[in-house]
Amino acid sequence: MTLEPLLREHPFLKGLEPEYLTLLAGCATNVRFGEGSFLFREGGPADRCYLIREGKVALEIAAAGRGSIIVQTLAAGDVAGFSWLLEPHRWQFDGRAVEPVRAFALDGICLRGKCADDTRLGFELTQLFARLAIQRLQATRLQLLDVYGNASASAV
Amino acid sequence: MHQLSEPVTSSPWTVPAPWRVTSRRRESADTVTLELEPPPGETFAFRPGQFNMLGAFGTGQVPISISGDPAAGGPVLHTIRDVGMATHALCALEPGDRVGVRGPYGTWWPLEEAEGADVMIIAGGIGLPPVRPAVYHLLAHRDRYQRVVLLYGARTPADLLFTDELADWRSRFDLDVQVTVDTAAGGWRGDVGVVPDLIATTRFDPETATAFMVGPEIMMRFTVRALRSAGVPDDRIFLSMERNMQCAVAMCGHCQLGPFLVCRDGPVFCHRQVARWLSLREV
Repeated sequence: MTLEPLLREHPFLKGLEPEYLTLLAGCATNVRFGEGSFLFREGGPADRCYLIREGKVALEIAAAGRGSIIVQTLAAGDVAGFSWLLEPHRWQFDGRAVEPVRAFALDGICLRGKCADDTRLGFELTQLFARLAIQRLQATRLQLLDVYGNASASAV
Repeated sequence: MHQLSEPVTSSPWTVPAPWRVTSRRRESADTVTLELEPPPGETFAFRPGQFNMLGAFGTGQVPISISGDPAAGGPVLHTIRDVGMATHALCALEPGDRVGVRGPYGTWWPLEEAEGADVMIIAGGIGLPPVRPAVYHLLAHRDRYQRVVLLYGARTPADLLFTDELADWRSRFDLDVQVTVDTAAGGWRGDVGVVPDLIATTRFDPETATAFMVGPEIMMRFTVRALRSAGVPDDRIFLSMERNMQCAVAMCGHCQLGPFLVCRDGPVFCHRQVARWLSLREV
């Protein structure tokens, strides 16, 4: 059975043309991760991206003397993983399942191959990931502004 | 069932009355909640969203939102963040100490106008105390509203306020509570991210929902964009503004925002009223 009908329901792929969903379904598998297990580890080969269907994933980085620091959490409807798209195809953060996770894993090598064969698919996917990257960048900027910190604090 | 009371005080515009601190509760490293009792014989009532001017004697007065249940009676709650001389003195008060109080002042959340539809309460940082009275009201009159959502963001898990109450609220089936922090250590099981991003993943009906929002202006600016993008019109987005309120009686002009004085015309504004002034760098 193909995953195409299920992929169509994922918010990230909303609006993608059916012919491209068929192509993506050829790269997709269903995966599960138990609580506390890692979807990926920093520095490892980024050969997949994950469309989260259920559960929560923490993107975190290990810091000497401080343990791990969570920079963002991702939930159902989110995507974990840009690194498959661009060289050197290595994960930049750890991805840990905070809760049991169900996701679609899209094979990065398969995706890159299909994008090379069909540049329109490549353009569509790049647009989707660029939109997501901008949203994450804006959120990161807000976090960097430290809007709740003392410098911007009011008493009320 | 309690109805919203008209704001009542014996002398809102004049000399601060000496109220007594009956309890002090530490909420986080820099924030405390004081329970204050009016002088004997004085009555006090407020509407959710209003504030009092508080002053530990000799240190000046600051506007502090009332953070308790408007229907509860008894001591009046104020949650204060220690960010300067006046608030530092307030945060250091102990039960039995006296504090100067005048109020209540300002506009309030239009809770009655929001009846019959979804309500979104959105708070960032020290913005949770000013909306807490509205949450109490919504829960006390739950049957009058459709979906009720509380979105709350803080800097770190240690900065979250009212954590016991948040846990109670999260356990309710009739209140959707989402809490996020800007950063956290690995043991944190909650969300890490920013409040505006919660809008896209929250279930609500933008056709009818009313949003009440308090937080740093930058957070509110981005959250307004997210709400508008989801389809919530400006006239159903309400925010509480903080603009250097000093006199609270529209005399000094320090809190001017375009044609408005925040202490008199706010702090709760409809976004449609103030949108053009919020986007002006000079204001």
